[in-house]
Amino acid sequence: MTVIDDISDVPTPDAKLAPLLEVRDLHVEFHTRDGVAKAVNGVNYSVNAGETLAVLGESGSGKSVSAQAVMGILDMPPARIPKGEILFQGRDMLKMSGEERRKIRGRKIAMIFQDALSSLNPVLSVGYQLGEMYRVHQGLSRKDAKAKAIELMDRVRIPAARERVGDYPHQFSGGMRQRIMIAMALALEPDLIIADEPTTALDVTVQAQVMELLAELQAEYNMGLILITHDLGVVADVADKIAVMYAGRIVEDAPVHDIYSKPAHPYTKGLLQSIPRLDQKGQELYAIKGLPPNLTRIPSGCAFNPRCPMAQDICRTDVPQLHPVGTARGSACHFWKETLGE
Amino acid sequence: MGRYVIRRLLQMIPVFIGSTFLIFFMVYALGDPVAALFGDRAPDPATAAQIRAELHLNDPLWKQYLIYMKNIFTGDFGTAFNGESVVSLMRSAFPVTIRLTIVAILFEIIIGISLGVLTGMRRGKPDDTGVLLLTLVVISVPTFVTGYVLQYLFGVQWGWVSPSVSPEAPFNELILPGLVLALVSLAYVTRLTRTSIAENTRADYLRTAVAKGLPRHRIIIRHLLRNSLIPVVTFIGTDVGFLMGGAIVTERIFNIHGVGYQLYQGILRNNAPTVVGFVTILVLVFLLANLLVDLLYAVLDPRIRYA
Ligand SMILES: Nc1ncnc2c1ncn2[C@@H]1O[C@H](COP(=O)(O)OP(=O)(O)OP(=O)(O)O)[C@@H](O)[C@H]1O
Ligand code: SF4
Ligand SMILES: [Mg+2]
Repeated sequence: MTVIDDISDVPTPDAKLAPLLEVRDLHVEFHTRDGVAKAVNGVNYSVNAGETLAVLGESGSGKSVSAQAVMGILDMPPARIPKGEILFQGRDMLKMSGEERRKIRGRKIAMIFQDALSSLNPVLSVGYQLGEMYRVHQGLSRKDAKAKAIELMDRVRIPAARERVGDYPHQFSGGMRQRIMIAMALALEPDLIIADEPTTALDVTVQAQVMELLAELQAEYNMGLILITHDLGVVADVADKIAVMYAGRIVEDAPVHDIYSKPAHPYTKGLLQSIPRLDQKGQELYAIKGLPPNLTRIPSGCAFNPRCPMAQDICRTDVPQLHPVGTARGSACHFWKETLGE
Repeated sequence: MGRYVIRRLLQMIPVFIGSTFLIFFMVYALGDPVAALFGDRAPDPATAAQIRAELHLNDPLWKQYLIYMKNIFTGDFGTAFNGESVVSLMRSAFPVTIRLTIVAILFEIIIGISLGVLTGMRRGKPDDTGVLLLTLVVISVPTFVTGYVLQYLFGVQWGWVSPSVSPEAPFNELILPGLVLALVSLAYVTRLTRTSIAENTRADYLRTAVAKGLPRHRIIIRHLLRNSLIPVVTFIGTDVGFLMGGAIVTERIFNIHGVGYQLYQGILRNNAPTVVGFVTILVLVFLLANLLVDLLYAVLDPRIRYA
């Protein structure tokens, strides 16, 4: 792996423009019978047009919840957003009316879900579900919408689109279904796509094809892409930058190459060490010890301290802020220098 | 699909034969139809013997059954206690019961589904809890109790409807009886709809519908209801058979001269042709209704495939 300096890898966002999406200090909590689960605790990230942000983290770290908050599809209640801003093209979506937000959904921001089989309506044909985007948002007739649906299916390379437009989701293979989800997200050529583990439910052989297709279409339409995954392997090829989440916070935020070569947070380091590698075949896989915290009782100080091999006393009392590391990255660790230095 | 229908129709034959034979056996084994014809008077032995021969009562039961079946297929269901042919009783009784069933089904659809959708979307709120309790009460109180109570209140006390139905039984007189007949099923429809709505509200595909930016009414009608109502529609379909056979109590309360009334008379007077004939038709209705429901299910849910 080549080591690339911070300076040479600075992304070049257009300085005159605000980012396409900017999430600022976002908090989301769930009011449940067992108490208040603080799923997202001050998340900051931004995505530009044409850029891919990968959001990484273990199960339960708040990746999906923060994405659903951006999308505006959280069920409130039980969810609540006590604090934060979600700026899309410079406007705070949390201050918009329900109707304004609805018009952004699907049209300007679209989402791809993990399990296409359960995420598509089982009793409506895929043609209907794709065409619905045009009928609702553009007022197209049923016939024109169907023609557009076939076009879309062609574009995501579903064979025999014309014959299959009337088929139902269960009649497609997993990979083809996920292509349909992608097509649906793409329908109105949105500015931003949020893909929540788009390949996790697929066979390994199909995963790469679907990922490739997504990356290709993103480049073609110059869309921003938020790619949620807990698979570090997928990220390396497609992402421009990475945000690593732990217990509802971003603990490290960096251009993709920096993170792979030199993680600046012990949690990121642990994640990297737990990727299976060819040169370590046969060796036991490294795993971060312990479990993610219960979100109703997040540990004081650094939330990662009970599991961190480098934890000191200060980690149990003081919450680490996101320290700037070089120019375009940050690490929420009191000992980021030591972590980098090792 | 075509082959499936044919197979199902063929499967009906043994079920039909079995159930009709059973009812035939029970009715004929139970009492002496000749004695019943004469009521309390002892019949003249010579006449009795003649009637027995005419009715093939001296033949073994299986042979009687075959003769009966042969007659049925030529449209001859025998003679009722009052000398009328059973077929003419059916001609007057079935339209009445069908009208009553239609009224009941309409109540189930309009009130049951509306209440179910309302409560399903407002789970845990006071109105949801209230309706839920009410359905429990309705389900646990027997129909003849609710029937007489409603008849007394609406028919006698307040005089909103006539407490008994005229022989022609027009639709407007069947509103209250239809409600009484529907009541228990209506409570089930409400609960089933509520559960189904609640389940589908949490489904992933509904989240997708929201993420697509669809307007709320479209999400509810095209996605939520379209899926949630599948089990409800099949329940109501199956209920058609139950309602037609189960109208005995309701028809007695409101003195409606429908299928239940004729069946009751047949049993009371030990008139085998009436009982067996009506039950045979009810069995057929029931079997066909179930087949139609299964076919409807496949139309509503493309994941169901019959081959
Ligand atoms: N409707 C809800 N009610 C209560 N808690 C919820 C709800 N939805 C999510 N949570 C909680 O929020 C936390 C974060 O969930 P989230 O789905 O964002 O995790 P994730 O990072 O996407 O994990 P995964 O990799 O498993 O998808 C979880 O602990 C979850 O229990
Ligand atoms: S702040 Fe302390 S506990 Fe947290 S990651 Fe850094 S070293 Fe570990
Ligand atoms: Mg998730």
